[in-house]
Amino acid sequence: MSTPVLLEVKGLKTWFSSKDRPFKAVDGIDFSIRQGETFALLGESGCGKSISALSILRLNPYPASNIVAGEIKLDGLDLLKLSEAEMERVRGRRVAMIFQEPQSSLNPVLTFGQQVGEVLRWHFTLSPQEIQQRSLKLLDAVGIPDPLRRLKEYPHQMSGGMKQRVMIAMALAGEPELLIADEPTTALDVTIQAQILDLLKQIQRDTGMAILLITHDLGVAAQMADQIAVMYAGQIVEKADRQTFFNHAQHPYAQKLFEALPSEQKRDQRLTVIKGSVPPLNQNFIGCRFAERCDFAWDHCHQHEPKWLATEQSGIRCHLYDPVVAISHSNASKALHTSHLSEVVPSKIHALDVRGLKVHFPIRKGIFQRQVGQVKAVDGVNLTLHNAETLALVGESGCGKTTVGKGILQLVRVTSGEVRFRGKVLNRLSQHELKPYRGQLQIIFQDPFSSMNPRMTVEQIIEEAISATRFRKDTVARSKYVDSLLQRVGLRADIRHRYPHEFSGGQRQRICIARALATEPEIIICDEPTSALDVSVQAQILNLLRDIQHEFGLSFLFITHNIGVVDYLAHRVAVMYLGRIVEQGSRQQVLDSPKHPYTQVLLAAVPEIGKQQLQVTVNGELPSPANPPEGCHFHQRCPRVMPICQKHYPPTTLLDDGHQVNCFLYEENENG
Amino acid sequence: MPFLPVFLWTDILIFLLLAVITAGILYLHNKPHLRAPWIMVMQRKRGVISVIILLSYVFIGVLDSLHFRLALAPQQDKQQHYSTEVLSVLDWLVTPIRTQVEKTYSAPFATRLFVKEMQVGQSGQLEYSYPRLRYSGQHLQSENEKWADVTKIIVNSTLQATLFTLLLISFYLLYKSFRYQRKPMAEIKRLLKGESEFPVRTFYLMVFLLSWLCLTLIMLSQHYHVMGTDKVGQSVLYQALKSIRTGLAIGTLTTLVMLPLAILLGISAGYFRGWIDDVIQYIYTTLNSIPGVLLIAAAVLMLQVYMNTHPENFATIAERADIRLLFLCLILGVTSWTGLCRILRGETLKLREAEYVLAARSLGVGSFKILHRHILPNLMHIVLITVVLDFSGLVLAEAVLSYVGVGVDPSMISWGNMINSARLEMAREPVVWWSLTAAFISMFILVLAANLFADVVRDAFDPRMQKAR
Repeated sequence: MSTPVLLEVKGLKTWFSSKDRPFKAVDGIDFSIRQGETFALLGESGCGKSISALSILRLNPYPASNIVAGEIKLDGLDLLKLSEAEMERVRGRRVAMIFQEPQSSLNPVLTFGQQVGEVLRWHFTLSPQEIQQRSLKLLDAVGIPDPLRRLKEYPHQMSGGMKQRVMIAMALAGEPELLIADEPTTALDVTIQAQILDLLKQIQRDTGMAILLITHDLGVAAQMADQIAVMYAGQIVEKADRQTFFNHAQHPYAQKLFEALPSEQKRDQRLTVIKGSVPPLNQNFIGCRFAERCDFAWDHCHQHEPKWLATEQSGIRCHLYDPVVAISHSNASKALHTSHLSEVVPSKIHALDVRGLKVHFPIRKGIFQRQVGQVKAVDGVNLTLHNAETLALVGESGCGKTTVGKGILQLVRVTSGEVRFRGKVLNRLSQHELKPYRGQLQIIFQDPFSSMNPRMTVEQIIEEAISATRFRKDTVARSKYVDSLLQRVGLRADIRHRYPHEFSGGQRQRICIARALATEPEIIICDEPTSALDVSVQAQILNLLRDIQHEFGLSFLFITHNIGVVDYLAHRVAVMYLGRIVEQGSRQQVLDSPKHPYTQVLLAAVPEIGKQQLQVTVNGELPSPANPPEGCHFHQRCPRVMPICQKHYPPTTLLDDGHQVNCFLYEENENG
Repeated sequence: MPFLPVFLWTDILIFLLLAVITAGILYLHNKPHLRAPWIMVMQRKRGVISVIILLSYVFIGVLDSLHFRLALAPQQDKQQHYSTEVLSVLDWLVTPIRTQVEKTYSAPFATRLFVKEMQVGQSGQLEYSYPRLRYSGQHLQSENEKWADVTKIIVNSTLQATLFTLLLISFYLLYKSFRYQRKPMAEIKRLLKGESEFPVRTFYLMVFLLSWLCLTLIMLSQHYHVMGTDKVGQSVLYQALKSIRTGLAIGTLTTLVMLPLAILLGISAGYFRGWIDDVIQYIYTTLNSIPGVLLIAAAVLMLQVYMNTHPENFATIAERADIRLLFLCLILGVTSWTGLCRILRGETLKLREAEYVLAARSLGVGSFKILHRHILPNLMHIVLITVVLDFSGLVLAEAVLSYVGVGVDPSMISWGNMINSARLEMAREPVVWWSLTAAFISMFILVLAANLFADVVRDAFDPRMQKAR
């Protein structure tokens, strides 16, 4: 390659100091980024990606952690040898950074103009007029409409996607040569994510800066990166260019990551899981750090640390590819085994009927709490859930999917409509009458960290679920039941006396599933149960959910925004937009031939490994449910908008077998 | 009977509180998961230090809460009469410094009074000079030997304290080596290296310091006024010791009054919302906007009027003072629950939306059960920390209120009264500094220990901190 190297990191080690056992968050990583290139650092949480990035700017938490070794050369300038004052001239000016959470990385009491202007003032000597000019240009460059007005606004006046754009504008203000993007789109919805990724690419084309992209999302990496490095337990285990990496990843860990991704092709099999979890980094590793979890590991892996085997463009840290070692190992190629899983066939019996469900939250104002308006979080949702079926409810955040789940469970007051279960309308029952049905409908929450009382032991948590629904006096039988539940979800029974904080995210989610199963429910509402988890753990949970569906014939209402999971798990799909369902049908109907323009843009925005280029066909963001637009809710963002869309909300059109869509495009077809 | 036990109201409440705490400790003893954070408190040096200091304060306070009236010498009518003076076990234990009253001010370790007097000199003529004290330094041949004598006593007490501590350590080592079948030498090594679950070295250091302090004070106060005397010649050391009970009573009994109000109202406001929330918020906002000192002053003055018009209800001065103390605790409790209530309401608002509460609701668990099983335990650390921090605040508040004149009864010895009577002497030259200093030091140590304890307890009860350390 002809382009010169911009950043070179050699043997970087950032350790969190502790008296006797330092926590080696980053333990000797080498990589280099060329000018104008996008370099992706890929890995699960806790692998040291973010600390690596922070260390480059010497922003690693101090005094908790220290850069103990290595060199970081920016265009030949060793950043680790600079004084703090000199470093301040590098940060923002030559290397800029954007963070995951735009909400917390902007100062809420300063206007955007002040925040962008601050960067400019610090790095350049400019007059106030020039600062204003440049700020305007920057906001314009990141695609913020009406920048003059926006400069005077505060962060709370803008949506998440817009804030991330401002963050990028601030990062660009110093005209950096390198932009470090730490999970820049993880907190955003897919359609917004597509916009931001597109923006980053476009800026890179225009300015020729290099990007160090930190992500856990293989899809994002596939869309953006030129070079990819996979990090595991503080080390880089594989490095390659995009083509090579996505066509044939070599390191067993990287291979596993691909296999653990849920997708349509894997519907008939169990997802591959990586056993165990990332080892604690405060130990002295003897062998390969991945050996414990690796299918290919043999004695040698446990005893000797693999060397970094570099070729010109790529490198790998694995004994399998070490010609000296691998010869001694005979059965290097173990056949990948996949266990097949027969499809659950849902019955035609309705387990749950939701008709015209509306959940409106009043907006109150003034001293007398007068109602001045309402947030129509859910505004007339119709759903039917069959026995032993998985119905996926898909939509962007803020569209009301979680509220639908809570409305069904009667955890929020339903404004109107009915939730019919076993012939009873749940929302018309009193608390007392509702009690017998409580156990039949269960929920698994998104965040396994907050869904269990931190002051109760696992046993108490599960026993509460048992005793809330049925009176089991016999403590021995009850104890046995708890054991059987824990074993069913793949946990050892002797963990029962431990507290939730002693478990990893995946284990906690298993306990939550055990709790939900304790009441022997018919329906489980899964509210994004895997979105807080890493890919390999997600695979474990998805496998478990499918297994228990098989075993108990459960119906799932699966609330998610992850299309891959839907593709792997769902029988039917309902797409939700601003409180209403816009399209509903079988998985094949909705995902393979989407009809509603919103579904189309949603699917187009999902970054996938095979996809060539993300198509950004939608602009803007979800309007406020307190003030939904007149007519079709989507008309402001719709690429195929017609005059009628601005006046009336489209009625439900039945296409073919069970495929429903709310769009005028198809109503005409039917008429014509 | 040589004495008549007297149960003052605050005594009863203090012993009730002690009984509750003891019951709590016994309950914890059987629950390993509830015991764990407390064990963690004791595993930290700061925890051990603050607990030992607090315990010694509590010990003195409890001794001072066992009240009795001594029997008088039998009279003609053969009926047993008791003294009107109510004494406590502490008074009885420290009798020499209680009864050795000088004429007026004298500095710490002084042998002469602080003010000059006309007196007959050695040669017979009248002179205007500092007279010898009645009790302090009387055993000395010459006043010049004073510091040598003090040094001798301190060396003596140091030796004894060292001996005592070493004896204790050797018992401990013998017990350990016997129990775990290890060689005593190995145990000594382990102790010196600090290889134990609990900070044993810190513990023994504290034991040494405490026993040294006790022995030194006891031995010195036989012959000297270690912290001088006040205006009426009473030992300041005695006053400082007596103040401990007053401070502890205010700190703990007020909390006892405030807790039920704050917890009950706070979590019901937060959990039930709606009109209940409105009413409770209204109450505490109103109460909060009335200046606390005014409310306290009004209440205390009302009580004073009642006591003056009904003198027959109070047999002794101590009883009068005690009722006033109790009333002060009540009124302080009523004015100080709003802060905790507000915090608890806010925290409950957050917790009621927590997913585990939603999960419990989706299981059909009742409201009351949710409140006591899911919400209250997760608020307990806030309650605990607020209580311990409030404790130090209340001890200080007592001082301020007594200073203003609406605090405890003037006849009751308290830090506030000590400071109040010392403030007038601050303008004097040379200054009378010891009264204020004694009150300051004894208060400072208590408040500091309470704050450190609060800190350690907070760390131990924070579930996220347990792994991090």
